[in-house]
Order: sequence, then structure tokens, then C-alpha cells
Amino acid sequence: MALIERQKTDVLVPAVVTPSSTYGAFRRPVETTGWKSWLFTIDHKKLGIMYGAAALFFFVVGGLEALLIRAQLAGPDGTILSADKYNQMFTMHATTMVFLFVMPMAAAFANYFVPLQIGARDVAFPRINAFGFWCFLFGAIFINTSWLLGGAADGGWFMYAPNSSVPFSPTHGIDFWALGLQITGIASLTGAINLIVTVINMRAPGMTLMKMPIFTWMILVVQFLLLFAIPVITVALFLLMFQRVFDATFFSVEAGADPLLWQHLFWIFGHPEVYILILPSFGIVSEVLPVFSKKPLFGYPLVVFSGAAIGFVGWGVWAHHMFASGLGPISVAVFSVSTMAIAIPTGVKIVNWTMTMWGGKITFTTSMLFAIGLIVQFTIGGLSGVTHSVAPSDTQQTDTYYIVAHFHYVLFGGAILGIFSGLYYWWPKIFGKMLSESLGKWNFWLMIVGMNLTFGPMHIIGLQGQPRRMYRWTENRAGEGFFNLGFWNLVASIGSFVLGIGILLFFINIVVSHRRHGPAPLDPWDARSLEWMTTNPPKEHNFDQIPVVGHLDEFFHRKYEDRGDGDHHEFVQVATAEEIMADQEAHADAHIHLPSPSYWPILLALGLPVMAYGVIFNFILIPIGAAIVLLSMFGWSLEPHTAADADYDPPPSSGGAALEVADHG
Amino acid sequence: MADVAVHDTGHDDHAPDHDDHGAHVTSTGLSNNKLAMWIFLGSECLLFGGLISTYMLYRGRHSENLGPDQVWDIPFTSASSFVLLTSSLTMVLAVTSAQRKDDRNTRLWLTVTALLGSLFVAGQVYEFTTFYREGLGFTTSLFSSSFYTLTGFHGVHVSVGVIMLLATTGMISKDRVPGDKAEVVELVGLYWHFVDIVWILIFTLVYLIPA
Repeated sequence: MALIERQKTDVLVPAVVTPSSTYGAFRRPVETTGWKSWLFTIDHKKLGIMYGAAALFFFVVGGLEALLIRAQLAGPDGTILSADKYNQMFTMHATTMVFLFVMPMAAAFANYFVPLQIGARDVAFPRINAFGFWCFLFGAIFINTSWLLGGAADGGWFMYAPNSSVPFSPTHGIDFWALGLQITGIASLTGAINLIVTVINMRAPGMTLMKMPIFTWMILVVQFLLLFAIPVITVALFLLMFQRVFDATFFSVEAGADPLLWQHLFWIFGHPEVYILILPSFGIVSEVLPVFSKKPLFGYPLVVFSGAAIGFVGWGVWAHHMFASGLGPISVAVFSVSTMAIAIPTGVKIVNWTMTMWGGKITFTTSMLFAIGLIVQFTIGGLSGVTHSVAPSDTQQTDTYYIVAHFHYVLFGGAILGIFSGLYYWWPKIFGKMLSESLGKWNFWLMIVGMNLTFGPMHIIGLQGQPRRMYRWTENRAGEGFFNLGFWNLVASIGSFVLGIGILLFFINIVVSHRRHGPAPLDPWDARSLEWMTTNPPKEHNFDQIPVVGHLDEFFHRKYEDRGDGDHHEFVQVATAEEIMADQEAHADAHIHLPSPSYWPILLALGLPVMAYGVIFNFILIPIGAAIVLLSMFGWSLEPHTAADADYDPPPSSGGAALEVADHG
Repeated sequence: MADVAVHDTGHDDHAPDHDDHGAHVTSTGLSNNKLAMWIFLGSECLLFGGLISTYMLYRGRHSENLGPDQVWDIPFTSASSFVLLTSSLTMVLAVTSAQRKDDRNTRLWLTVTALLGSLFVAGQVYEFTTFYREGLGFTTSLFSSSFYTLTGFHGVHVSVGVIMLLATTGMISKDRVPGDKAEVVELVGLYWHFVDIVWILIFTLVYLIPA
């Protein structure tokens, strides 16, 4: 196998990058511009941007699927989709939104901002980071190719057994689903290990855990959830695959199997997954609200600990998804109580956010509006969630549109509004351009009106008894007056298109803002955390000088000094962002060795879909894919992490200590 | 698939070592690689947890004459378990040799560990073949499906471990270990001991406790 020459990267002296020796068949990629610089990059910022771009693409795909669903249900006896296509549509809508949009979008923010927020130059394992991104992308594409290869998965996103067995779903759709999620699961698992090590081990000097930005804290909790949830779904997906491909009978009732096994395995993964989706957005708004209220986050330790508490209790509530399955009174009682209990830490967060705004000097930027939108909309969804914890009531609501209303209020009103808040807040940091505020406000209000029009009526039609996943409804069973299903279905469908236009405005905003706006100011929001203590966009090595941290909200405390005495605080500006940056540049670290790009992560990830296609179509592809994987692993392990000093051009000065980013992985 | 990919990343990533001993300033003082391996093994616990639960649920669901009591050959499996547990001892010897920078003995003990691991896998292949000849196919019953799945996953883990051991041995002989050699061997060791511990659980729960 090839041993690869390592690129020399001395960022302070932008010397021509030439491999001074080679280690075998391939040279290490050295491009810093053009498509190759993206394909083989292991820079956490470029990977973050790629995660975000891919996730937004799948957001549009999942959104179009949702619009088709709503178009089908707008009037009685819808004819836009057949029953079969409708099943595929709602399955893939949920799968896309959960696994291919919200999770990778959170990964995008985490990749980009966790190293910046903790004052690091990259993640602990940059190559594994790249590998994770390509696993996600290839897995996502793999799942979606099922549309063209005989039809997509059609069992609903939780793919209940035995409905997911071959007799009930004879196309390859569910095989694509199971194998594709296996591949994206590798992305989540490797990402989790990587980010946990990064946060635990690579914080800037002085940054104790309780001085860590709250977004990083929430991401840390999420990574632990992923770490322990992903292997459980891995087992479930393997069992499903063995059932479908190798005729095992894990979920066949006629063979004496217990189909509840799937439900337990799925929801032991699935409920922590809900918090995996929401906690990153909680982290984002916990950054945004203090900045635009000009106050520190109210009760920072409480927000941290309630996040951790959600992470723990999140493991003890999964069976509330299964109240209708006849678990027995004790299980039902226990899971009812634990589900009520988990509302407490969530309520703590909401109180803290409200108290953060209380008495603050609030600026209603688009980002702030989205954050406030999250508080309001998520609270509505959270309250309907508490009604599910009451088992007798839940038994009535199970599999009705009331459930659909609930989880869209928490996921759209929570996760997605939080993501948009983050996009508006961090856009100037990532791309060096401000997004238009006026278009942004249109974007926000159309989304809020649209989401309430779409998901609000679902409470009504759900309590009236309209089941979810019903592909058409008829006028003569739709009821009378205020509770007429037809009217509210139409309202929901109109709402969904309003929502669609709102989201379209976001993409228009990107194009317009990038054409019209000049470079963004260095510190446009008067922000508080470390990621703003560098250029827009950040330099490849993030910080000229690794900051030494003395405070929570370190950047704020470098800009402002407390001149009050006792309990009276009076913050006076003592430095501007520009001055702090200039100071950093003046004290820049001498030698910064950044990790070099590599071919192996993308190549290794490429072997996985090959194997997966092999499982479905032709077993011969499996050893071919496995060979790609194995050879890439050897190439990867033989690739030198740091070249000898002589291979750096020019060689590092013998006197000054070379400063390094962890460049393994 | 997940496992293979991650093992690899665990064992072939090493702290940068400009200063030649792999030490890197981290917030906790622990090496990134070692921390990552421990975290990964934490995740693996849940993988085997799921598989073991599935087996425990289905262990009684089989036809009259093809249950655990009929097919198990406890003395044979005890012997192969002994082989695997012995390999943990030789792994420890490899790690201490590596820490003493004794390449010759490191290679020796790594090879012995790999051999013992292969012997265990060979025993498993023999055992599976025997069961299959006795009529216990993968799809014969829920018991057989869940048994083959659980022990099969463990067997794959051991096989991946053997590949890691042999690869490490080869890289040491060619002096191509990037990073801290002792730490690389230790990382492989952590994984190897984990796989052994899982076997102790499987042997107890699957073979020793009467159905």
C-alpha cells in the first residue's frame, strides 16, 4: 500500500507546497483551491460547510416530499399519489428530515463551531471527521437511489415489524433504508467519538468545563446520546436485514417471534434520537438569546445540568411510544411518570431563556426572532407532549394526526427554527457576508405563519380521529361545522405552501445577500464566545494565537470590563474586536502545523455503499467493496501523521517549539 | 460494517510525535487515541447489549430436539474459551514488551496472540459446521438465528482483532508505525481485552446457564 508524502503546511509562510519525497504509489493531495481541495479536505470548517450544504439539499428534498403529501390531502379523494407512492412519500419525508437534514445540520454546526468555541485548531481526528462526512453523504445518496431502483422504503420511519418483512413490502425499498441508515450511522458514531474527544481533550488553556460555551455543552451531551443510541439501531437494522435478505425470522409472528422486539430496539434508539435532534438547537438559541439581549445566559449551570439531565432521563422514556402495544400496567405507569419528569429539565431551559431576555436590551434581529420563535413554538409542542405522557389519553391519540401535530411543533418549531436562528447568527462568521435582515424577517414570519397553519389544525383533525398515514379522506365521513376534516386539511395544505415559500425566501436571501452585500463587520452582533475572536471567515488555522481563557463568555470579557462594585455591574467597553484581533496577530504562534488532506477518508467511505449495493443486488459486490475498505484502511494507517522536519519547506526553526494541531485521525 | 470501520480508526491513529514519545498537550493529560478507544468500546457495549438481549429473548424458542441442551458441546467450547482467555495474557505480554521498547518480543507476543485468536475463530467455524450438520441452520428457529447472529458478531470482532494484531506486527517489523509504538500496541490490546470480556459474558449466558 501506498505511503503518502505529507503536505507541508506552514501557514505563516505561504510557501509553495511541494512534496519533497514520496512514499509509494500516491502523492498526498496538496491542492488548496478547486474541487480537489474540498474532496480531500480534512479541515473541520470545510467539512462543516459541506455537511450544511448537503443537509440543506436534503431539507429541500424532504420538503418537496411533504408538499406532495399535503397536496394529496388538500381535498377529498386525492389522486396525486397512489396509496403505494404515498407510503413511500411519508416514509422518506421523515427519514430525510430526521437522518439527512436535522442530524447532519447539527453535525455541520458542531463541526464548524465546536473547535472554534473551545479555542482549538481542529477536531481531535480530522481524517475520521472527513470519513464521517463522506459516510453520511454516500449513505444519504444510497437511500435515495431507491426511488429509481424499484421504489423507496414504505414502512413509515419507525419501520414497525412485521409490516417491514418481505411479504408486506416486497420491493427493495426497506433494504435500501436499512443499509443506508447503517452507513449514515457510521458517520454519527465516528463523529460522536471524535467530538467527545475534542471537547474533553482539546479545550484552550483555562477553559474548564463550566467555562465552556453552552452550544458546545449541548453538542457534547448529544454526542454521548449518539454514542450509545447508534449501536442499538445498528443491531435492529442488522436483524431487519437478516430477516429480509437471509430469511431469518426475528420478527415473524408465525415463527413464534415477538414483533415488540423491534419496537423496543427502535425506540431505545428512537427516543434519545429525539433529543439528539433538539438539543443542538437548544444550544444554538442559548448562544443567540444572550447576545441579542445583551445579558449573560441566565442560570448557565442550570442550563448545562438540565441539558445533561435530559440526556440521562432520555434513556428512560422510550416505551411511551408503545403505550398502545399492551405493555402491562407497571411498565405503562413507570414510563408515564418518567415522561412527565423529563418535561422538568426542558421547562427549566425555557424559564432560563425567558429570564435571559427579561430586562435585557433586546434587538429583534432575524436570528433573535427565530430563537424566540423556538421558545414559543417548542413550548406548544412540549405541552402536547406532556398530554402523551398520560397513558389513557395517549392510547386515544396514538397514530392520529394529533401525534403528527405534536412532533412537528417540537421538531419544526424546535429543531428547525433553532437551526435557522443559527444560520442567520453564524452566516457572517462562516461566509463573511451578512444575510439580509429585511428578507430574513419575511422568511421568519412566513415560516411561523406557515408552520402554525400547517401543524396547528392537525391537533383538531387528530383529536377528531383522522389517522396519520391515511392516503386519502372522503367527504361523507369528514364531519360537520368547525370540526369538518376537509376544511382543516385544506388549511394545513395551504399552510404548508406558505411554509414552503418562507423557506424558499431563505435561499433567495443567500443569493441576494451574497451578490449585494460587502464583507461583514468583524463582530456584527457584539458576540460573547470565542468563535467570534477570529476573522470572518476564520483563517485555516482558526486562531493566530491560542487564547487563554479566564471567563465564561471570554470574548465579551475581553471587550468589556466590569466597573461596578458589589452586586452592581457596570460593563464598560475597553477594547474593540479589531483591537483584540490585532493583538492576537501581533502575538501569533510561530509554527502551526495543520493536518494535511488525505485521499483515504473518501475512498474508505466509498467502499461502504458498494458493499450495500452488493447485499441487495449481487453478492459479488460485497468482497469488492470490502477490499476497497480494507485497502483504504491500510493506506490510512501507513500514511504518516507528521512528516520529518526536513520535509517541511522551509524547515521549522530549531529554536522555537513547533505548535501543533492534533493531526492524527 | 460499523465495527470494522471504527476499529480501524481506533488502532491506526496515533498522537503526533514530533517529540518522539507521542505526548501531546491535552486538557485531561490523556492521549486522544486512548480516550477515543475507550469511548468507542463504551459504544460497543450497547451493540453487544442489543444482541445479547435478542438472544436471551429467543433462546427458548426452538423445536424439541434442536435446542441448546442438544447441540452444545460444553467441553469443546470451554477449551476454545480457554484459548481465547490465554490470548489476553499474551496480549498483556506484548504490551509490556512494547513499553520496554523490546520490538522482538512485542512481535513475538503479538503473533502468538493472533495465533490464539485464529485458533478460537477456527474452533467457532468447526462448532458452527457441526451444528449445521446436526440440522441447526441459520433460519431453523428463532434460537438458532439469534445464536448465530450473536456469536457471529463476536467472531467477526475477533477476526478483525486478528487482522489488527497481524497488521501491527507487520508494521513494527518494517518500522512503519507512525506514532508511539507502545501506544499502538496498547490500543490494540484494549480492543482485544474487550472482545475477550464480551466472550466471558457470552459463554456464561449462552452456554453455561441451562435453558
